[in-house]
Amino acid sequence: MVTKPLTKNIDMSRPPLDMAGYEAADGYQSLHAIAKGLAPADVLQRVKDSGLKGRGGAGFPTGLKWSFVPMGPEAPKQKYLVVNADEMEPGTFKDRLLMEGDPHLLIEGMLIAAYTIQADKAYIFLRGEYIVAERRLRKAIDEAYARGYLGQNILGMGFNLDIVLHTSAGRYICGEETALLNALEGKRANPRAKPPFPQVSGLWGKPTIVNNVETLCNLPGILTYGVDWYHSLTKGTDHGTKLCGVSGKVKNPGCWELPLGTPIRELFEDYAGGMQDGLALRGFLPGGGSTDFLLPEHLDLTLDYDVIGKAGSRLATGTMIILDDQTCPVGMVGNLMKFFAHESCGFCTPCRDGLPWVDEIFNDFENGRGTEKDLAILHEHVDYLGPGRTFCALAPGATAPLGSGLRHFREDFERHIKDKKCSYRG
Amino acid sequence: MAKIVIDGETYEVDPANNLLQECLSQGLDLPYFCWHPCMGSIGACRQCAVKQYRNAEDEKGMLVMACMTQATDGMIISIEDEQAKTMRARVIESLMISHPHDCPVCEEGGECHLQDMTLMSGHNYRRYDKKKVTHHNQYLGPFINHEMNRCITCYRCVRFYDDYAGGTDLAAQASHHHTYFGRHEEGVLESEFSGNLVEVCPTGVFTDKVFSEHYSRKWDLQTAPSICVGCAVGCNTTPGERYSSLRRIVNRYNSEVNGYFLCDRGRFGFEFVNSPERLKTPQQTVNGAVTELATEAARLLVHEYQKAGAIGIGSPRASNESNFALRNLVGEANFYAGVADEEFECLQVQMSLLQDPVFHAPSIREIEQADAVLIVNEDVTNTAPRIALALRQSVRNKAKQLAHDCKIPQWQDAAVRELAQRELSPLCLFGNYATRLDDVASDRLIAANEELIAVLAGVARAIDTGAPTQAAPTSRSELVQRVSAQLKDARRPLIVTGSNAGVEVLRAAANVARALHAVRKQAIDLCVLAPEVNSVGLAMMTPAGNGLCAALQRLKAGVATHAIVLENDLYRRASRTQVDAALDKVSGLLVIDQLPTATTAKADVLLPATSFSEHEATYVNYEGRAQLSFQVHRSHSQALPGWRWLVTEPDLAVNALIQSCAESAPGFARLSEVLPDESVFVAGMKVPRQSHRYSGRTAMKSNLDVNEPKQPVDTDSILAFSMEGIPSQKNASVLGAAWAPQWNSNQAISKFQDEINGELKQGSVGTHLVQRSASTGAYFPLVTKTSASAAGTLRVAIAHQIFGSDELSARSPAIRQRMTPAYVGIAPSDAEALGLHAGDRVYLGDTGATAIVSLRRHMATGTVAVYCGDEVDRHALPTALVLRKSDAASGPGLSGLIVSDRYEEEL
Repeated sequence: MVTKPLTKNIDMSRPPLDMAGYEAADGYQSLHAIAKGLAPADVLQRVKDSGLKGRGGAGFPTGLKWSFVPMGPEAPKQKYLVVNADEMEPGTFKDRLLMEGDPHLLIEGMLIAAYTIQADKAYIFLRGEYIVAERRLRKAIDEAYARGYLGQNILGMGFNLDIVLHTSAGRYICGEETALLNALEGKRANPRAKPPFPQVSGLWGKPTIVNNVETLCNLPGILTYGVDWYHSLTKGTDHGTKLCGVSGKVKNPGCWELPLGTPIRELFEDYAGGMQDGLALRGFLPGGGSTDFLLPEHLDLTLDYDVIGKAGSRLATGTMIILDDQTCPVGMVGNLMKFFAHESCGFCTPCRDGLPWVDEIFNDFENGRGTEKDLAILHEHVDYLGPGRTFCALAPGATAPLGSGLRHFREDFERHIKDKKCSYRG
Repeated sequence: MAKIVIDGETYEVDPANNLLQECLSQGLDLPYFCWHPCMGSIGACRQCAVKQYRNAEDEKGMLVMACMTQATDGMIISIEDEQAKTMRARVIESLMISHPHDCPVCEEGGECHLQDMTLMSGHNYRRYDKKKVTHHNQYLGPFINHEMNRCITCYRCVRFYDDYAGGTDLAAQASHHHTYFGRHEEGVLESEFSGNLVEVCPTGVFTDKVFSEHYSRKWDLQTAPSICVGCAVGCNTTPGERYSSLRRIVNRYNSEVNGYFLCDRGRFGFEFVNSPERLKTPQQTVNGAVTELATEAARLLVHEYQKAGAIGIGSPRASNESNFALRNLVGEANFYAGVADEEFECLQVQMSLLQDPVFHAPSIREIEQADAVLIVNEDVTNTAPRIALALRQSVRNKAKQLAHDCKIPQWQDAAVRELAQRELSPLCLFGNYATRLDDVASDRLIAANEELIAVLAGVARAIDTGAPTQAAPTSRSELVQRVSAQLKDARRPLIVTGSNAGVEVLRAAANVARALHAVRKQAIDLCVLAPEVNSVGLAMMTPAGNGLCAALQRLKAGVATHAIVLENDLYRRASRTQVDAALDKVSGLLVIDQLPTATTAKADVLLPATSFSEHEATYVNYEGRAQLSFQVHRSHSQALPGWRWLVTEPDLAVNALIQSCAESAPGFARLSEVLPDESVFVAGMKVPRQSHRYSGRTAMKSNLDVNEPKQPVDTDSILAFSMEGIPSQKNASVLGAAWAPQWNSNQAISKFQDEINGELKQGSVGTHLVQRSASTGAYFPLVTKTSASAAGTLRVAIAHQIFGSDELSARSPAIRQRMTPAYVGIAPSDAEALGLHAGDRVYLGDTGATAIVSLRRHMATGTVAVYCGDEVDRHALPTALVLRKSDAASGPGLSGLIVSDRYEEEL
């Protein structure tokens, strides 16, 4: 039985499977299943039943998201599927593995999603730096056209799909789905107000679904092997497998496919090999740069959206960043703040003008100029940049490492003030 | 209506709106930046945070942005909540992080929305002690200063300039806290509405460069409610004066006419008032010797002219009062229209249309509601710019409909635009050449007048089979079908045309509107644009047969020996030959005007007239709407309002004259309704023209006399040249200055509207003078004559320029910088056939005049668009021209011309 549906075909020591190889490994079976008479509503029901949650970070149920797209004869004729492949979350490199390692899996997932919402045009919004992924996706797309899996009247179903691969000019904010849509339209990558959600008014004002690469890569397995199989994969409460990454000073940083519900300790010790010699674990961001710090005591939690949520953080992209005891936590948080301040789109005030102030304060801390007043202002910004205050989730995301960092590493901040320097740097 | 609770008080609000708009409508103070009453919400600044509670038991609540939250029945919110106040204080603190400490030298100071909101939000100490962000500023042309360091990134400028006004050369650039609002490179802002940036910007990024040249604080300006004299729209303005010079013009809200916006001609074209050339003293010229006259002696001369049986030539740029006084003086039969005959004919057609009950003359607010528009041979952007801005909004009715269907609230500006993308309500342009509205047009027909008439007849016929049949049906049957269907099916169709279209085309356009009435049985919006501020008032005042040629003929024939010309340069109205032939014959020419012209140069008696800001006056706009313009400041020369030279009682009050005009001039019966209701002003209290902060009143003339001067008394008006009085009076038909405690910027207007975007609680929207008669007119007969032009000739279509075509504003220095020399616009194929290139100087037939060639991509072949500027005698041009390349060096070439379709080779 397939236990690693996302990575079963991936072997980075060789090029990805071509069309023939991919089809030999059960590839495009889902498309043939659809052609045999699955209606869009049937596919939607299966995806809903699977319990698949979005793998881009927010963890929103995929089937539910799709169900908001207007369907039927009254619905707008033009609809779009957009793949969010603008993987820019700090510490996150999972979609890259999928696109470089098995590009046909994404195309098959896109076919399922586009068919379900009856979109005849799909865009892959790819991070510009992913040059290998771009090359491999283009080849795979060409193969799919040649095989008749893309284009007009696919497998005689009367269903059409064209895929456009768009390489981004590169902004973190383009990971926000509505900013991504603006960028795709050639506009400033500012997020849009929600509601209206993209399902109602998305790309060029038409109903649009934006899904993450990994989310879409889950779909072929669900249709090919069935919902029951999918439910059997997990070890915990959420369904399916998840690509999990570990970066930082561990012995074996990398990215692996694990069943949801796997204990974090297993990922950290068995896969990542634990800390490098002479270093101890100080804390970790469980799902990329915009999640709250967890501490060594949290290692026995399982990789589940709710479990990690209850511990005060988010599973998000599932890619951990490890903080060791020889690295300055103030410097680490400051580095993230510099990133978020720089990546603010400049649309709403708290994010645009709040994050640079935070960044400046971290600079001062690094250079021995931090003060108690600055520390108080940092605390204020955790609230000021929080959810509901800003236009989109960028700044609230930044407050996750900021707020939890201030909470967990307060003595480090205070030592910077007292010593007028960063003592980690000697 | 919905009931909501705000800080414990229950309010009735409109559930179609957002909370911010409704809080402001209720008169509550809630700070904001990015929201604009006319442009809706985008949720960028986060300044209007309020606390929303789930129910009466909810004590915690959650912060929401008022501008992004629909007002729903039963809602409980708090503005005063501590957490909400803290959030607003944090936002203003953020906005002020890099804002310079330059309020004392910033021109926005004292009328800065950012200052007001900073105080309102309680921010007074800058905790930020890091490095500020700084920007480079750009040269943006003669109208607008740029100081990006003051920017608080509210996005209002680009939302107005690009989204609302259709501009393309101002954009948000860069990102995060380096976001920059400017052009891709330095240069003149191309939009005709760029001046609104001054008022749309909540702080001093975009300031008025013309004002800058002779700056004064807002509170030091003497102001009064005024009317723009730049075109026939009659936008409401507030001019400001200090030390006897007019310093600037800002918008004055009128819910029916201009709303919140002006065009750049109206805003920057006032400086002729301050011109050193202004006529100051009455003078008489006898045998070439000029004598200055005392006022009384000059009056006696007027009397002598009357006794000599002088004829009077009125003016479309003079007030009703002045035209009326002249008509009274010379007698109705001797009063002539001071406009070209063909224009007078158009105005008379317009009058008949204004009286016909099958039509409705739409206000700007109503134009914005049109969901299918047909514009016929009128370059609206250059002849009535504010209406072009309204037409740009009308095409968005499709977006509003789509948003309604998708349940997206109308105030969600970005979301509505995103949903609709380029889907626009139909707007069809019929004309001789492309115009600046083409970018929002669904259909465009560029053709010569004969074809326009044929297609219009086809459209009328397709709508109503009772419309006159064409001799030769047009070949444009698809276009005819499409346009007629669009107009027939629209909720509120609109036909726009005007005097510049030519009288046959105007009639053909009116037939389309009449056809719509025939099938829809409702009054059809027909907007006929007149050329000048009081063209319609003049047409109402002038007997039908009294065109200018008739007057010139009488003078030439010696039937009349004396003429009084009121505020008019006859050389702009008829050809030099015609005017010279008449004026050379007269024994007495008395001219009343503000500035020297070719006509004043011929005057035997020249009397100086006050400008629009120096007198109280009424004007009638294109709709037949009469509006009152108050005197802002006094003239310190011997200049008098035109009418005051012409009336027999020297102390006659203007209001008495307006009354008398209403009583005795046919058609003007309702004119007195524009006068303020004096009964609401108690105990002799008047409305002050000076703010309560007006400085230096006792000192400003101390270089001349250290005694405190007595404030001049204004016996004419309900306004006083004083700081004292009542600032505003509810239900009075005059609103002096819109100021309210804590609201020093133009945003204070919300305190005077009955609801946001509603009518003013004080003040007047004007009065429709023209009564619709009981009986309807008939279709105009079709014109079948075709003026086949000789081979090698091009039919002349007169082009207009927002900067230059208007006589008075064209004498303002800032406007002069934007003017273009005379040019001829021709199709590339015609240019090729004639061997002409862009930038060539050509002779216009045998008139001796020259102009510069501009190649226009969208231009009817066989037609030449001639912009005459100051150089070319428009009335000497034949109907068809031969263009011949001049041997003269082509000179500096064409500058200042901004059209939508300039052919690339020219660049």
